[in-house]
Amino acid sequence: MTSILQVQNLSKNYGEFTAVKGITFDIKQGEIFSLLGPNGAGKTTTISMLSTLYAPTSGDAIVDGHSVTKDPMGVRNVIGVVPQDLALYEDLTARENLIFWGQMYGLSGQPLKNRVDEVLGQIGLMDKAKDRVKTYSGGMKRRVNIGVGLLHKPKVLFMDEPTVGIDPQSRRAILDTVKDLNKQGMTVLYTTHYMEEAEELSNRVGIIDHGDLIAIGTQKELTQQVGETETLILHISENDDPAALATAFKGIKEVLEANVINHEISVITPSAKDVLASVVSKANERGIKIHSIDIREPNLEAVFLHLTGRALRD
Amino acid sequence: MLKTFLIGIKDLRLAFRDRAALTFMLAAPFVLTLGLGLVTGRFSGNANTGITNIPVIIVNLDDEQLGDALANVFTTEELAELVEPTFSEDAEAARLLVDEDQTAAAIIIPAGFTQSVIPSQDSFAAGNVELQQNIQIEVYANPSRPTSAGIIKSIVDEFMSRVEEGRVSGQTSILQMILTGRITPQQAEQAGLEMGERLQNSPDTDALAITLNSTTADGEAAQFDILAYLAPGMALMFLMYTVSYGGRSILAEKTQGTLPRLLVTPTNSTQILGGKVFGIFLTGAAQMLILIGATTLFFQLKWGDGIGVVVLVLAAVFGATGWGMLITALARTPAQVGSIGTAIMLIFGIMGGSFISLDQLPPFVQTIAKITPNAWALDGFTTLGLGGTLTDLSAPITALLSMGMILFLASVLLFGKKNLVQK
Ligand SMILES: Nc1ncnc2c1ncn2[C@@H]1O[C@H](COP(=O)(O)OP(=O)(O)OP(=O)(O)O)[C@@H](O)[C@H]1O
Ligand SMILES: [Mg+2]
Repeated sequence: MTSILQVQNLSKNYGEFTAVKGITFDIKQGEIFSLLGPNGAGKTTTISMLSTLYAPTSGDAIVDGHSVTKDPMGVRNVIGVVPQDLALYEDLTARENLIFWGQMYGLSGQPLKNRVDEVLGQIGLMDKAKDRVKTYSGGMKRRVNIGVGLLHKPKVLFMDEPTVGIDPQSRRAILDTVKDLNKQGMTVLYTTHYMEEAEELSNRVGIIDHGDLIAIGTQKELTQQVGETETLILHISENDDPAALATAFKGIKEVLEANVINHEISVITPSAKDVLASVVSKANERGIKIHSIDIREPNLEAVFLHLTGRALRD
Repeated sequence: MLKTFLIGIKDLRLAFRDRAALTFMLAAPFVLTLGLGLVTGRFSGNANTGITNIPVIIVNLDDEQLGDALANVFTTEELAELVEPTFSEDAEAARLLVDEDQTAAAIIIPAGFTQSVIPSQDSFAAGNVELQQNIQIEVYANPSRPTSAGIIKSIVDEFMSRVEEGRVSGQTSILQMILTGRITPQQAEQAGLEMGERLQNSPDTDALAITLNSTTADGEAAQFDILAYLAPGMALMFLMYTVSYGGRSILAEKTQGTLPRLLVTPTNSTQILGGKVFGIFLTGAAQMLILIGATTLFFQLKWGDGIGVVVLVLAAVFGATGWGMLITALARTPAQVGSIGTAIMLIFGIMGGSFISLDQLPPFVQTIAKITPNAWALDGFTTLGLGGTLTDLSAPITALLSMGMILFLASVLLFGKKNLVQK
């Protein structure tokens, strides 16, 4: 497959601070590529440069043959952008918003009307189209925010954390929309700090941390970096101290990593069944009750942990 | 070009959907015009204020043309409902009645009042016309009846402003005629007395509507409706609100993310900024035209020559938009635009004559007022109200257009240094 987007040594400084440190990657035509990284990793900064909002400090990116530095207008015509923060006119209705933004993409007349109807159907807001956006729930606003990015049928769609802060149902709808769009041939660059989303959606994933692209590949390729491991997730009571227990787990011979994530302890080991007994006895020694234990195949969380020594989510 | 237009239309629509903005753009100037119209008695012919038979005691120690004229004002038909005057010769007794809450106010017209206003033959001969002491009429108001006393005071104030008008214009022209040798001091006194008589005889039909008698070339007096001054004054003041509201929306679009989003569509920044400016212009023009329509409809106000009004409105909005852009270019946050905008709205409103006629302000204020679109446009609207047409408006229109142009250039230069992209 040919690549539709080539990122070449792209950097961005904000004054003294380097937010993106010379990243290089390709996105192939028709794939969903996820940039996975924690808060402040540089995802939005990267998207802003690729969408020609910010000029890169150095490096370049070519989108469908157009350079973001030399031909920004050319780039803007082929991309759709779904910004991380809602960017809508709250006093306009969903339909009016879509019409206005469609006009900004050069659409007009009957084709615009038809396209707006199509998009309203796609984001499931046909029956609410006449209400002002400010009366919408967070999830509905997010969907309009996405709809705006789709109007002109862009070849490449940039979606910057489109599911942040919404209910599970709306999130489900958005993820399904992304898959649909991709099936219709749209190339998607999707940023997230949710490992599950990256796992569900992407053909390939780039892991970004502190402005560096620290790993790139298919899920399988990435998890292989961690080796043949399994992850135990232990749920303990709110009152107990997970950090101390995690430290104790690190003393067990077969445990590679033990970390606390959202009051759960994640233990990485070559073989779950070998460590299970020791883990339980360590907990008992401290009088800590384990509510449940999940055993998971290696995942992107483990990859991030392996590469950075930190949890993806804080 | 098309996108610029579309962005402008979008902003017009947004402004008219914002309740707070509508209050300031339309409701406030309309209500204030109505209120000031009531205060100045524009509607007293048919409006019922709910206050009747205000007791007032008049002590006329002057007993000449002007003193009598003022006393007569209170006995006219129009005021029969509103006031109940009694007359007395004793100033002290009158004040006492007020102190005892027997009456709302005492009006004391001191002896020599007429003389102090209309110069006599002797004073002209002595050449000390300008040294004339102006003897003040005293309105001794009852503090426990503020509203009634306020109404009495405003009736006297109106009378005085009419006298003042007549005196200033009468005196200067008489003086000029003497200086140029056209008339003798004896004739001058005659002219002065005639002026006094005119005032005395005038309280007939519309005693309370302030009428500025502007004498045209052939000596005919054109009647001027006070609302034709108040209504544009208020509209222009709140036009300044609208332009700063529009300016604020430029910075608000930046913080709410729609400006960055516009910048990643195939639309260049000139089109976007142009669209925003066009939106301010459209909103301001719509506001002015609606206010003009509403005051015409509800107050039977005659704004004058239609083409003149439209061209003047467009020029005024253009000049004001320039100010809106400058404020925006100088401010950092939408809130700053809001507060600077409000301050400028009030300052320009006062300096530009929205509250007090510019003629009554000190000369240096009149000079500074030339930087406000308000003063120029109000000047133009007054000209139109007095029967002028587009051809009489070349000065205000040229001034307003140049003002807009200069301010645009200044703000474009300032905007160049400003980063509209990054938060
Ligand atoms: N305009 C700016 N000026 C200065 N620093 C900035 C600016 N924008 C972002 N940064 C910094 O650059 C780094 C990367 O920010 P960025 O928004 O790209 O991260 P992100 O991966 O999108 O994070 P999040 O998941 O929170 O959205 C952060 O440390 C942030 O504080
Ligand atoms: Mg971000």
